[in-house]
Amino acid sequence: MSAEVPVAYYLVLAAILFSVGVAAFLIKRNVITIFMSIELMLNAVNLTFVAFSHMWHQIQGQIFVFFVMVVAAAEAAVGFAIIIAIFRTRQTLNVDQINLMKS
Amino acid sequence: MQLALFIIFGALAVAGALNLLLQRHPINSALSLVVVMMSLAVLYWSLGAEFLAAAQVIVYSGAIMVLFVFVIMLLNAGEEEHTTGSRAAYIVGFPGAAAIFCILSFVFLSERKALGLTNLGGQLNSGLSNIAEISTVLFTRLLLPFEVTSVLILVAILGAVVLARKEQ
Repeated sequence: MSAEVPVAYYLVLAAILFSVGVAAFLIKRNVITIFMSIELMLNAVNLTFVAFSHMWHQIQGQIFVFFVMVVAAAEAAVGFAIIIAIFRTRQTLNVDQINLMKS
Repeated sequence: MQLALFIIFGALAVAGALNLLLQRHPINSALSLVVVMMSLAVLYWSLGAEFLAAAQVIVYSGAIMVLFVFVIMLLNAGEEEHTTGSRAAYIVGFPGAAAIFCILSFVFLSERKALGLTNLGGQLNSGLSNIAEISTVLFTRLLLPFEVTSVLILVAILGAVVLARKEQ
């Protein structure tokens, strides 16, 4: 027995994960959690790449996901360095209190 | 088989994402993000991308999430507190995210017939394996971008070291 799943369901799952990531990005106040929701959105987009790659029987979508992973790893390293630098100067992780450029 | 895998791990991914949204402590959010990434790895595998499934486990839940947990522990991040700014984000955030979700799923479900069905194994059993295909493309046609990513990672390492260095 092999029940097949429509590709559209994978895309809808990715849409759910992406919009939860958007909501978390807007609602969360901790800068680390905001960073996590960016990773969640990247993962949701990766799922659409893999689903389309499967649909078209093309390998390029998976290569694109590979490059997204590399860039995400580099971004995580730089982002955490910035977070640590912010924490060292401001002693807080709350984004509402990081408002030096606002005034 | 594929439908069962999709339902179980799709539900697990959505539950993990919602748990990330609802938890107040960053370490709980980080651990639920690990659940999302592991279930996405299973979904990649069910779509015939076994190299990416392995890379997802190794890179994302292995390297990046360990970095997340490490930084949370290092900075001793506690529970986040409510402020006036976050209440405005609640009012704008939930309808905005719901609107994005509605538009995307409307488009996907209305094009459902054109998008077709997935068939597990149909792509895999035909000749080359997935990893051989990926490496053939990556090391012949896309060799220059692949080498450029190593420079990118080197620059990222240098940037991280410079940014996180203590001021003298």
